[in-house]
Amino acid sequence: MDIVLGIKVSDGVVIATSKAATRGISILKDTDDKTRDLSDHNLMAFTGESGDTVQFAEYIQANIQLYNMREGHELSPYAVSHFVRNTLAKSLRSRKPYQVNALLAGYDTDKKTPSLSWIDYLGTKADLPYAAHGYAAFYTLSLLDHHYRKDMTVEDGLRLLKLCNKELNTRMPIDFKGLQVKVVNKDGVKVVDGEW
Amino acid sequence: MNSIAQQFRHTNPAHEAFQDNDNEFFESGVDLKMAPSITVPPISQPTEFLRAHTDDASNPDCKIKIAHGTTTLAFRFKEGIIVAVDSRATAGDWIASQTVNKVIRINPFLLGTMAGGAADCQYWETWLGTQCRLHELREKERISVAAASKILGNLVYQYKGMGLSMGTMVCGFTKKEGPTIYYVDSDGSRLKGDMFCVGSGQTFAYGVLDSNYKWDLSVEDALYLGKRSILAAQHRDAYSGGSINLYHVTESGWVYHGNFDFDDTFWKVKASEGSFNNVDA
Repeated sequence: MDIVLGIKVSDGVVIATSKAATRGISILKDTDDKTRDLSDHNLMAFTGESGDTVQFAEYIQANIQLYNMREGHELSPYAVSHFVRNTLAKSLRSRKPYQVNALLAGYDTDKKTPSLSWIDYLGTKADLPYAAHGYAAFYTLSLLDHHYRKDMTVEDGLRLLKLCNKELNTRMPIDFKGLQVKVVNKDGVKVVDGEW
Repeated sequence: MNSIAQQFRHTNPAHEAFQDNDNEFFESGVDLKMAPSITVPPISQPTEFLRAHTDDASNPDCKIKIAHGTTTLAFRFKEGIIVAVDSRATAGDWIASQTVNKVIRINPFLLGTMAGGAADCQYWETWLGTQCRLHELREKERISVAAASKILGNLVYQYKGMGLSMGTMVCGFTKKEGPTIYYVDSDGSRLKGDMFCVGSGQTFAYGVLDSNYKWDLSVEDALYLGKRSILAAQHRDAYSGGSINLYHVTESGWVYHGNFDFDDTFWKVKASEGSFNNVDA
């Protein structure tokens, strides 16, 4: 029931994740962070099997940071997304695969373009203008199909996200304790404060 | 000389075959540098094996019944951390013990709580204690709660899918972190938080704790709230009971506040609060 949403706009990417950490029938935490900063302009949001998610995200994070230190330059969102896809595809063919779905938000500082990749645990990768994992997709994709425009700015993206949040709050059967919102653009990764 | 000795050696062919298989089957392929090695069943899915022999719900005839069922809680407040636990161990429908110690004293500043498989928690949390001591000797500095809980979290994650069963809270006080609680469970989750209830009675404990909790609670009131929350769970959850163990974690280490028998506490609380009106005196 975790929510992971992403909207790519002309000057950046908006990512939203639910703040509830649920185990069984109890919400154990209402300030959970389902994202990891991979580098200055790359962010990964994730859902899936508990335990696997954080271990996988931090493994990716460590490897991206190691690359940055060795090579002295930042990996492009395109390269990062393929590294994540490849890692999941290899893991799928191992004895104990990572059961993790991810959204990758990035900003290519050379090409000056934002990037959003949808990747599932099977290693499927799709570069999309907007994307979601889990039940949230059923509620929000129709809204995004309707309202999304290619020339939107981050401000427009956040307005669109508010609309999605409202729909999720009215129709989702369980309380997901609000959203944590992050923006990735030329200036890097930033948390968006406010009521979500 | 060896060839002569070989002729007279007492060999058991079956035993030799078993030893050969040993390497092939009994090593899981997971390299656990930090942990002592443990043999797992020689099958592809250890969980399936374990479930077939231990799952009481789906197979009441199962031969092994693992000690389960618990209520444990820990919460942070102005004056530190309160840790409260029950003391009942059940194996299937059977109450195996009413006097279990579910708080493991990792060191004078760190406590670990026990829910899920009693053996798993007891073993790995005492093991965590030795790892914390080794850290202290190597680094000449007490281990942080974050690091201690991560050692345990990473360990149980290596065993994921092999049937470990634990839900634990690592509670401690360090200069750097202040009072800190980490929830670590056997599916590999590790969460930092202000308040956790773990075990079959968790919902009952949360009910009382959430509705009476305040950050500014006095030590006395906080201890009472911890005790009262466990009491509520022991009253409603068949798998929780026995007595209550109470701890207060402060900047100078944990302080034990005693063991309280459920029955004595229940009647005392009922009389003084005028609560539990579903029960006649």
